[in-house]
Amino acid sequence: MLIAIFSDIHANRPAFEACLAAARARGAERIVLLGDYVGYGADPEWTVDTVFDLVARGTSAILGNHDRAVRNNSETMNDDARVAIVWTRGRLTAAQQDFLERLPLTHVEGDVLYVHAEASAPAAWHYVRSADDAARSLAASDTRVTFCGHVHRPALYSMSGTGKMTAFVPTADVPVQLLGGRRWLVVLGSVGQPRDGIAAASFGMFDTERQEITFCRAPYDVDAAASRIREKGLPGWLADRLYLGK
Amino acid sequence: MAKYAIKEGAVVDGFTLHQCVHQGGMATLWSATHPDIDGPILVKIPKISEGDDPAAVVSFEMEQMISPRLSGAHVPACYGAGDFTRQPYVAMERIPGDTLYKRLGDLPMGYEEAASICERVAIALEDLHRQHVIHHDIKPSSVMFRPSGDAVLIDFGLSHHAQLPDLLQAEFRLPYGTAPYMAPERLLGVRDDPRSDIFSLGAMLYFFTTGERPFGEGEMLRTIRRRMWRDPVPPRKLRADYPPWLQEIVLRCLEIEPAKRYPTAAQLAFDLSHQEQVTLTARAEKLKQDSLCTVLRRRFNPPLTRLSEKSELARQLASAPIVMVALDVTQTSNELDEAIRVSVQRILATVPGARLACVNVLKLARVTIDKTLDEHGNNKHIDRLVTLAHWAAPLKLDEQRLSTHVLEAFDPADAILEFAKANRVDHILIGARQHSLKRSLLGSVSAKIAAEATCSVTVIRPSRVAIDASVQQEETALASAT
Repeated sequence: MLIAIFSDIHANRPAFEACLAAARARGAERIVLLGDYVGYGADPEWTVDTVFDLVARGTSAILGNHDRAVRNNSETMNDDARVAIVWTRGRLTAAQQDFLERLPLTHVEGDVLYVHAEASAPAAWHYVRSADDAARSLAASDTRVTFCGHVHRPALYSMSGTGKMTAFVPTADVPVQLLGGRRWLVVLGSVGQPRDGIAAASFGMFDTERQEITFCRAPYDVDAAASRIREKGLPGWLADRLYLGK
Repeated sequence: MAKYAIKEGAVVDGFTLHQCVHQGGMATLWSATHPDIDGPILVKIPKISEGDDPAAVVSFEMEQMISPRLSGAHVPACYGAGDFTRQPYVAMERIPGDTLYKRLGDLPMGYEEAASICERVAIALEDLHRQHVIHHDIKPSSVMFRPSGDAVLIDFGLSHHAQLPDLLQAEFRLPYGTAPYMAPERLLGVRDDPRSDIFSLGAMLYFFTTGERPFGEGEMLRTIRRRMWRDPVPPRKLRADYPPWLQEIVLRCLEIEPAKRYPTAAQLAFDLSHQEQVTLTARAEKLKQDSLCTVLRRRFNPPLTRLSEKSELARQLASAPIVMVALDVTQTSNELDEAIRVSVQRILATVPGARLACVNVLKLARVTIDKTLDEHGNNKHIDRLVTLAHWAAPLKLDEQRLSTHVLEAFDPADAILEFAKANRVDHILIGARQHSLKRSLLGSVSAKIAAEATCSVTVIRPSRVAIDASVQQEETALASAT
């Protein structure tokens, strides 16, 4: 089965639409969402409704720190993020907020774990930014493969049978086989706010039969997303950074 | 677990194993058949299972990831692979014949033969590098030949793929490979520089032509490390008749700093196939190793620890293209000459590693017998070479970056296409033919080249303004003459 995995959509409608279309074109049979549907971007209502519809049709969606912060103030957020969350709170209905709040922190499917941040303490929202972080995350779960997001920069970590770690920055569109006999942690890039220097939206396609992960990029209308952010009076940097991919 | 206790007749993923043809330290090789595959098959089965020597496991994982992604004449075709969750194996095309290891009894070889062998290996390396892979274990037992003469590289267990995780990077504190051929930067853990393969090939060429390994046979780390500051004995000291062009090539491959070696395997192959065009530097004349003073300076101020430029495989290849300019010296058009020169200059300025091959075709007549001398008794071939050199002079290129070639052929387009293919040219620049009458009668050389070349082609025309000015000048001259 071909699974499309989206992380860190952040209420960026043009980016999410571009990714959904690209995944459909690549033959995606199932969708998994890794959290952070809102925050930063200007279209939280549409995004939450879209996620709700997808979940109703069988998509698995897990909770991200921004989704949680809609109802529960977070102390770790920077100023721009906090401004955006307060604004988002005012846009979402009680039903939409309920839906977000009830999303699970993790989802396990066979030997695959889906989680938003580092898996040893999913609700602490630690980043996986190094082989050490990845090792901690892998040590905390039994599954062979973990998919997470949160960092907004794609990366691929593996742990050999003897516990040695390797880190790798993936090349777009080059499938990598998640070899049996070692464990893997896949950090997906962000749909709605990439931070690896490339503006195009980032997502993953996982082929469960071949055990291959492909990191994909979908170019989208950045102008549209940025001007929506400005129109809504959100901090200007949230619009500017979309062009820079940072 | 004794997964490797495999017997004759066993079936692995549809491959029936017939006979164990080789028992290696890390793997066994089996001749095999498969109902859907014609031709001989070789199945490699690692002699390990989970929990055994991690080096062997990881090396097999690399081979299993890389082999299925390679294609072309210079690697064995890969038919299938399985990982450690079931029976690990890689099934591939069985190349008939022996590896170059069988030739070690014949050393030293003739210079021409060794150069021809290493040229073909360089071509195979170039092909491998273009597929994003650095071999990292180039040595005689990694090289085979097809009946066509094409070199085939085998064993990718130590290789690095620029677009895949490098599982070996983290695994070993010590570099893993074959000591006599290992590039010095490998000792510092550098695994992403394709010029490491060029060093190994240079070590092989040295060994083939002198009968001695340039850095000895020592496997002790202390012995291996010496190559980080100690240059090898110049081949000419070992064999008095050693050709200077060959020493130039060998010692350039064996430079301690990767930046001083050939930038690409294609450029190395180019020199090996154009001996007369090799620019000789001080390397060619060396009869002694570097002075103790130089060696001590390197020892205590090592050039390699100061490596700041990171060389990525793709960037390295792109930074050193072979550019070919096809010049028609029989058409005198200053505007066109200048326009081509400007385009060439632009390319050479942006890629300092590029080398330029200036080519002219001396057209042979199909009916009459060709004479080497023209009606005035001048040698046409040499005249053309002189004209090419004259054309290139304003470019002020370092001699190592420039070569001139006169090809003799019936069909200029075919000759140019063949030269480009044989020399792995990345980009052809050619002028558009000026006289429309001649073009309509003979067909356009540039159009044929643009249509059929296996690389990029730029067809150059002088700007309209320049042509109009020259026509006007001619007309004025005509008018004043009448």
